[in-house]
Amino acid sequence: MVFALASAVTYAGGYRVAVQGQRALAMGHTGVAVVNSAELGFFNPSGLVYLENQLTISAGASAIFSDVAWQNEDTGEIFRTDNPVGTPFYFNIAYKLKDWLSVGLSVYTPYGSTVEWEDDWAGSHLINNIDLQAIYIQPVVSVKATDWLSFGGGPIYVTGSVNYNRNLNRTLTDIEGNRSNVTIDASGVTEWGWSLSTMITPTDKLRIGVNYRSEIIMEAEDADADFQNIPNTPLAPFSDTTFDASLPLPAELTVGLSYELNEKWLLAFDYNRTYWGVYESLDIDFADPNIPDSQNPRNYEDSSTWRFGAQYIATDVLTLRAGYYFDESPVQDGYFAPETPRNDSMGFTGGLSLDVTSKLAIDASFAYLRFDEVDASYDYYMENGQQVPFSGTYNSSTFIAGLGLTYKL
Amino acid sequence: MNTQMKKYYLYIALLAVGMVSCEPEFEDQVDDSDAYSSGEADFSNYVALGNSLTAGFADNALYITGQQNSYPNILAQQFARVQETEDFDQPLMADNAGGLLLNGSVFAGTRLVLAFDAQGNATPRAYTGSQPSTEITNRLTGDYNNMGVPGAKSFHLLAPGYGNVAGVATGAANPYFARFASADEATVIGDAAAQNPTFFSLWIGNNDVLSFATSGGAGVYQDDPTVSPANYGPNDITNPMVFAGVYSGLVETMINAGAEEGVLINIPNVTDVPYFTTVPFAPLSPANPSFGPMIPTLNATFAQLNPALTALRGVSEETPGESVYSIEFSQSAASPVLIHDESLPNISEQLTQALIGGGLDPGLATIYGMQYGQARQATAQDLLVLTSSSAIGQVNTGRVAALMAMGLTQEQAGQLSVNGVTYPMEDHLVLVPSEQAMISSATQAYNQAIRGIAEANGLAFVDAAAILQETAGGGIPFDGGVVTSAFATGGAFSLDGVHLTPRGYALIANRIIEAINTTYGASVPEVNIGNYGTVTPSQNVN
Repeated sequence: MVFALASAVTYAGGYRVAVQGQRALAMGHTGVAVVNSAELGFFNPSGLVYLENQLTISAGASAIFSDVAWQNEDTGEIFRTDNPVGTPFYFNIAYKLKDWLSVGLSVYTPYGSTVEWEDDWAGSHLINNIDLQAIYIQPVVSVKATDWLSFGGGPIYVTGSVNYNRNLNRTLTDIEGNRSNVTIDASGVTEWGWSLSTMITPTDKLRIGVNYRSEIIMEAEDADADFQNIPNTPLAPFSDTTFDASLPLPAELTVGLSYELNEKWLLAFDYNRTYWGVYESLDIDFADPNIPDSQNPRNYEDSSTWRFGAQYIATDVLTLRAGYYFDESPVQDGYFAPETPRNDSMGFTGGLSLDVTSKLAIDASFAYLRFDEVDASYDYYMENGQQVPFSGTYNSSTFIAGLGLTYKL
Repeated sequence: MNTQMKKYYLYIALLAVGMVSCEPEFEDQVDDSDAYSSGEADFSNYVALGNSLTAGFADNALYITGQQNSYPNILAQQFARVQETEDFDQPLMADNAGGLLLNGSVFAGTRLVLAFDAQGNATPRAYTGSQPSTEITNRLTGDYNNMGVPGAKSFHLLAPGYGNVAGVATGAANPYFARFASADEATVIGDAAAQNPTFFSLWIGNNDVLSFATSGGAGVYQDDPTVSPANYGPNDITNPMVFAGVYSGLVETMINAGAEEGVLINIPNVTDVPYFTTVPFAPLSPANPSFGPMIPTLNATFAQLNPALTALRGVSEETPGESVYSIEFSQSAASPVLIHDESLPNISEQLTQALIGGGLDPGLATIYGMQYGQARQATAQDLLVLTSSSAIGQVNTGRVAALMAMGLTQEQAGQLSVNGVTYPMEDHLVLVPSEQAMISSATQAYNQAIRGIAEANGLAFVDAAAILQETAGGGIPFDGGVVTSAFATGGAFSLDGVHLTPRGYALIANRIIEAINTTYGASVPEVNIGNYGTVTPSQNVN
């Protein structure tokens, strides 16, 4: 089998959504060393101080069309997700107080996942659907220490929610044959984090950037667990209760550089390390002592992304961008769960900015994420004290289209 | 806006249109038309013939989810992955409670569910969460691919009027076939053949022995092949030659109707079925507070009979040199129940005389003589049917009334009416070795016929007897454990101990697929039996 080798490689992505700026995304989501717009509030706040205008606003949203298919050649089953269009957004405002000091506010959604499998599909004992959202709100400050060195950063306030449904096991039903399932729902979960960054400008052509965003562990407490279609029997002691659980939003370190080849061309490279190792297990602790807690090993590992981008100023009003990135998976062999079914991917990106007026530009970007077909399994689902792997072949495709505005004053 | 600008906007719009996602495709996609092969078989219109096992009967009832997990329905879903097929229609019941109504009155009860008592003991009980709502007289219209008729014996499939609702109350017709027979005088095989089948399965013959077996041998072995099955009693064993003739006629009819490919499934041995193997022959524990204290009195009473029993019967042929005919309950180990064995010579009168000679009151001696004239304690060779489990050790109220009518006081009558202890287990609750031999001989003869007919017609053959021997033995491993025949917990058999669970039916479906793939060079994919459930627990019982 051609793709048998693929199962030996690691998988990528997790629930990170790399869509935090149309200009950056168009360039392979590079940006830690690109001084271009208020998108820096996310990518590298220390660069904001280099923006020429007193006020810069970058805002936008993307539409993510993402679908996953799973099949099992032994049984002939095939299922496809019916995911709603994902809509990550960002809003960045930067204001130059002094030549050496800028402040700003950034709002962005770096983590999230919406996966909807058909109810009661072959992997429904692992997931029917999940909707995970996290909104980061971050005041930032950018300080120029010398002409060639700046620092930036700020506290991050996160508000998140998760809604996750799965069947309790592979066979339990009520008397009518409806599968027993649980929905856990936590919303308004808040937490604090921070980011810190620096930008070095050794020559007027070259910039080097480093950005670190802290890990944030979202702790849901007393959230709702809703059990449905539970048969009336002491064998299934499930009734609605509350639960505690935590989900890590891992730390991220990005280092990169940009180089201005000439007046028209800019090249950028980012290396990104996401500290997924913190995601060891998704443990759901139900308040009701009769309900066994749910332990779901994840065993993610830290993963890297390599990003390449280019910008070409075509005319006075039109800038074109293109990029590529390789996104390595945090998911290890045997831990490929269909709730975040992402293996290594390659992103091909492009986009443009169009200056409608001297103050206002439209930014557009698109990305196509290419995934290899992969034979994978999740081996840590337990039934009667025994591991029951859920395996099959996965294939994914993702298109992202985004529009944004950049306003300068 | 200048034209240059318009052009830019157009580019942006085109980009957005280009984004509309295309679905991920696999290199070898399982729903591609050439992903699997039907080989020389044509599954486009599959018709299943059989009895309750084919209908999806489980837990002593037919109900919707059981039908959805019938092996023919599982097969049909897998066939549909291989080629274009017509919808596989089943005569679905009205509910998941199970049971039947005849003109509004309950004709068959609800399904069994696994219920727990206050001590945490699980027992199968009739579901009471809702009442049966399937009215037999509401005849369904249309063709049904699943022609499995619960209760049908081989020759019933050929019998006109088997689906005539007018005959249901008297037992002349079958309530399940009456629900969907095309006409009062229709036959099962006729309705099956009329559907232009391209492929068929046939699993029939179980009831030709099973009704004898489940009735504890309350029927006869029809050893004369010239006797018409129309004259058989309901619990008789069908003559093997009659069976073979009927069976080959059924197969011929299906082949002539266009189903040139098909699969034949043979008959499991009753000794591999938990209905007959679950209740131990020696369940009477001295530790049981309602039995243990009785033992000295019981043994003193039977001590009066034992000299006469051994003298009159001699020693057992099965255990030469050691009498099993004396009756005694152990103080230290579980004892066998007392059973009525109609294969024993009846020594009632001699026993009565011997007891009178020993000085016993003639009235009581007569009753003892009657009660123990064909009695013995069970041995490991006797099979107690599942339904005997709730009777053992209980006072038989019918027997109490009968004994009181003979002049005993209620206390005396009660003491002599404890099932399996003082009152021998009735014939229909026990399969004694001679009855088992009849069942086994008939089963083997049927299975020989089935295999021969499969070979003669080039049809696929599935040895269900061997499969259930596996589950009764070491079990069959799957991704979530091992399927065995252990009652209620093993996973293969439903709570009636005779019919299978969805997992058991899925296991049969997989073996059928294996046979079809081998016989016809097909590559029909199998199912994962771990995805199919077993028994249903519920506290909605009385």
